[in-house]
Amino acid sequence: MELNIPKEKYKKRADDAVEKSDIWVNLLKAFLVGGIICLIGQIITDCGLAAGLSKTQAGTTTSILLILMSAVATGFGWYDNLGRWAGAGSLLPITGFANSITSPAMEYKSEGMVTGLGVRMFIVAGPVLVYGISASIVAGIITYIVGII
Amino acid sequence: MDYMQYVWAFVIGGLLCAIGQLLIDLTKMTASRIMVTFVVAGVVLSFIGLYRPFAEFAGAGATVPLCGFGHTLYAGVSEAVAANGLLGAFTGGLMASAGGIAAAVFFGLVVSVVASPKGKH
Repeated sequence: MELNIPKEKYKKRADDAVEKSDIWVNLLKAFLVGGIICLIGQIITDCGLAAGLSKTQAGTTTSILLILMSAVATGFGWYDNLGRWAGAGSLLPITGFANSITSPAMEYKSEGMVTGLGVRMFIVAGPVLVYGISASIVAGIITYIVGII
Repeated sequence: MDYMQYVWAFVIGGLLCAIGQLLIDLTKMTASRIMVTFVVAGVVLSFIGLYRPFAEFAGAGATVPLCGFGHTLYAGVSEAVAANGLLGAFTGGLMASAGGIAAAVFFGLVVSVVASPKGKH
């Protein structure tokens, strides 16, 4: 180890080291929280199937219940705290979609029910719906054309 | 045997979120771009026939993350195209995903009317 490395060089090495370990820690947090949310989803789905729901009905019920849980947790301020810790782990499950609707709606309620709450509600969910729905329509048109030739 | 479904839901769901976390840390993509990317990726993977077998294997690990929302959209579209032709391309996606979207909007409204924003700690 050379002891007389310039300060800037040392700082850069230290930053790199911190950044690398941060990436691994973040990955682990995202994996754990994302995995647990999906595990809860699997448990709800299996309960639905056991109660006699069809596969599609069980899937929709799972989405609705996870969304309800996430909206309530957002109301108490818990989900945003979880998001600061878990990053993509709480962002990418369907619960993150519900949080992206509830959180800004709550935040901007003071600017009015329509121009505040109603508009801000879709600040993240809007693009998700625009591109998701449009992609599915394009894919559907291709499926139709391939089907008739 | 049955409990393996829970293991796969946890592991696959966790891995999909870890991929998203890598995108956040390495590419500095914003949260909404990553969410859009996951949904569109789900539509594409479903369209080329990969997502259905993946979802059968991973269960909620594949359907709960946002790419599963993309799969729901295309699965609905493909079913509706088979039944109603071109009209199905426009009706199938929202029909299949209506429950989740409506719940997110409605519960979002109710909670944000009832609750007040918490100060950032």
